[in-house]
Amino acid sequence: MLNVSDLSVDYGSTRVVDKLNLVLENSEILMLVGPTGCGKTTILQALAGLIPISEGKIDLGSWVATPSKSIPPEKRNVGMVFQDFALFPHMTVEQNVCFRLKDTALADHWLTLLGLNEFRNAKPARLSGGQKQRVALARTLAHEPAFVLLDEPLSNLDASLKDSLRWEIREALKTAGVPAIWVTHDQDEALSVGDRVGILNKGVLEQLDTPERCFSEPASRFVAGFLGDACFIPATVLGANLQTPIGTAPGKSIGHTTADVDVLIRPDDLIATLDADAANATVLWSRYEGESRLCAATLDTGELLKVRVSHEVSVSPDARIHLRLNSEHPLAYYAKEK
Amino acid sequence: MTSWPKSYPFALLIALMALTPIGVLFSLASDNAQLFDSRNLQVLGNTLALMCLTVAGSVLIGVPLAFFTAYVNIPLRRLFLIAFAAPLALPSYLGAFTLYYAFGRGGEIENLTGITTPSLDGLWGASLVMSLYTYPFVMLTTRAALLSLDASLVNAARTLGQTLFMSLWRIVLPRVINSIAAGALLAALYALSDFGTPAIMGFDTFTRVIFVEYNAFGLSQAAMLSLQLMLIVVLVLFMESRIGGDKERPGKHLTLWLPRWVSGGFFVSFLPIVLLSIVLPLGIFTLWLIREGTGGFDFTFAWNSAYASMLAAIAAVVLAVPVAHAAIAGKAGRLMERITYFGFGVPGIVMGTALVYLGLQIPVLYQTLALLVLAYVLRFLPLAVGTIRSTAENQDAGLVKAARVLGASPREAFMRITLPLTMRGMVAGAALVFLEAMRELPATLMLGPTGFETLATYLWRVYEAGYFGRAAVPGLLLVLLSGLGLVLMLSGECRAEFSVNEDSRR
Repeated sequence: MLNVSDLSVDYGSTRVVDKLNLVLENSEILMLVGPTGCGKTTILQALAGLIPISEGKIDLGSWVATPSKSIPPEKRNVGMVFQDFALFPHMTVEQNVCFRLKDTALADHWLTLLGLNEFRNAKPARLSGGQKQRVALARTLAHEPAFVLLDEPLSNLDASLKDSLRWEIREALKTAGVPAIWVTHDQDEALSVGDRVGILNKGVLEQLDTPERCFSEPASRFVAGFLGDACFIPATVLGANLQTPIGTAPGKSIGHTTADVDVLIRPDDLIATLDADAANATVLWSRYEGESRLCAATLDTGELLKVRVSHEVSVSPDARIHLRLNSEHPLAYYAKEK
Repeated sequence: MTSWPKSYPFALLIALMALTPIGVLFSLASDNAQLFDSRNLQVLGNTLALMCLTVAGSVLIGVPLAFFTAYVNIPLRRLFLIAFAAPLALPSYLGAFTLYYAFGRGGEIENLTGITTPSLDGLWGASLVMSLYTYPFVMLTTRAALLSLDASLVNAARTLGQTLFMSLWRIVLPRVINSIAAGALLAALYALSDFGTPAIMGFDTFTRVIFVEYNAFGLSQAAMLSLQLMLIVVLVLFMESRIGGDKERPGKHLTLWLPRWVSGGFFVSFLPIVLLSIVLPLGIFTLWLIREGTGGFDFTFAWNSAYASMLAAIAAVVLAVPVAHAAIAGKAGRLMERITYFGFGVPGIVMGTALVYLGLQIPVLYQTLALLVLAYVLRFLPLAVGTIRSTAENQDAGLVKAARVLGASPREAFMRITLPLTMRGMVAGAALVFLEAMRELPATLMLGPTGFETLATYLWRVYEAGYFGRAAVPGLLLVLLSGLGLVLMLSGECRAEFSVNEDSRR
């Protein structure tokens, strides 16, 4: 179990990571997600011991690192998978995977499991991007780390490869039974692969929870917007329910709220009908996405909402539509912004 | 039908001129020299021993320093880099001169502190001095390669459980070995061709023996020895051309945060190098200046140095322009440029021998300043060609086209666009040639007209006569000139680094 408390990292006078607290449970995959420059890669480097930390404590049980007592990376029993793969160019695939191993049985195991047997004697330069990342993963896991850090492992790969490799890596980590912290800037990746998701903004961890909770009950407006299409409309709290201009739904308060609140509405919380008589919104734009069509519409009361309609329905800008709130699950609501 | 660029005939002529010394040496050596004797064999052994020890020393100092300056996060990093690179700018004979008189029984160190130090001469003395002044070659080539490597490979090795030292050893070192070799070969070339250091240390290498033969009127024997030395030089140059660069996709830059006492200890252990190569020579010259004053020194020496060097600088730039132009114009021109580079590899003592003989054959030139200037030009022309070509290459080709479209003739476009824009390169090239010529020793000794004393030759006479205290003023002036050279060199590097920063910010 990796225990990180109050971890801060400074670059010169700039604070890049501010008071990070997290606990990595045995064999869980924790996703860290956030926009560029939010400090997610810095966190990984600090955990691996590649950069010094300014405050706080990293505790694996077998070692504890503090600002005054730095543990060198080689003593941390950590595994790291790099964005640019970091395969040693002057060694073959097999030599890479066996880098520090006395017993090569585990190397054989992972090379076989990840389908790399035919490339054993190839130099990394000859491999494709996906193969390189498999080799990097095999190398990391064969060295039996206590925990694995993945630094945007898929960002240098083709989109078509990402979906399948994402699952392959998850399966491999689960098979090895080793906990992992996986950094990405892709919210789909974060929500689909992780057991828990942490959302970072400007060096601060804004929320750390299951993907479902992060998506449906975001701790802040930033988290709501980062994880998916998010719109806010004013609402009034009536007991457990919310009263909005387009209908009522159960609600859940995030933080301290009064009677007048803003409610988070995602496209799937709405139903749109082409009922010109009861229309209460005007279409601003519509974007064809294959399986469905994403529309933005302005309510007659002035708020912007996004909604999905069937791909068979054609809506053009300026069309009048009817929007109705339709949610069984509680909608997250926030205090009004001043 | 393609017509030849106008600069080709000129460049061809200059290229042929650069080859004359070797032709002269062949005709001279074929006169009546003995091809090889046992004494020869010993000189060969001495030269190779000095070369090998210098290479070993410069690698042992240069490689760790390269790692230190490239990767370790220390305050005032740039200042330390300059301090560690500074010995490159100093001619090693100044170091040899001061170290020779500082160490040993009755040396300046004993005079000052009463502690008797072992004397510094012969093979070990010469090797030490050479290593002290050639390690920056290795440091700079290695450092450049280290900076281009991707940091995540070392990080990967460390997270896999490899110690830092072993990671550098197994992952980084194999990938910069070519750059280390390139720097080591430069150090080898320097060791082969330097005259002052082995001469002062009393160690019989080719350069020293050639000078002795020349003084004993054994000119054809000197020519034969020169050819043998050239053969080794060509071998080293050939090896250098076979070394491939370390080509790798550049990546993130590795920075190591070592505990303060580690980087501090590392730094302290390298301090003696700067002390010996920079601080000690400066200190000794200053000491002599205080003790002996400026006695015996005549400022015409400095003027003579400057005058001959200035002529050489102007001539070199005038000749370099057509060569640089030809090099850009086409493949044949590129070859001609390569031929002019040949002079840079010819040791000064060899160039001197060849031109002395040329002077004897062409009485108009004999004992004239023109011959000395010719020697400077042939040796240092590549410096001017290099700077001029690189500024001209970086120029936007569209500018000349734009001028032509606006109605300018090729001649006018050259005069009004190309020439002003290459001016900076020409000035920099001239300055480099000037500084090198100011510090040149062996060719100046052999070719200077009778009574024409320069800073470098005066230093030599002082050494021969044993009045070492009188070396203070010329020594300090030469150090000052070397400092100017270093500033010039570094300002170039600053610009390069600046533009890199600009690029990465985009």
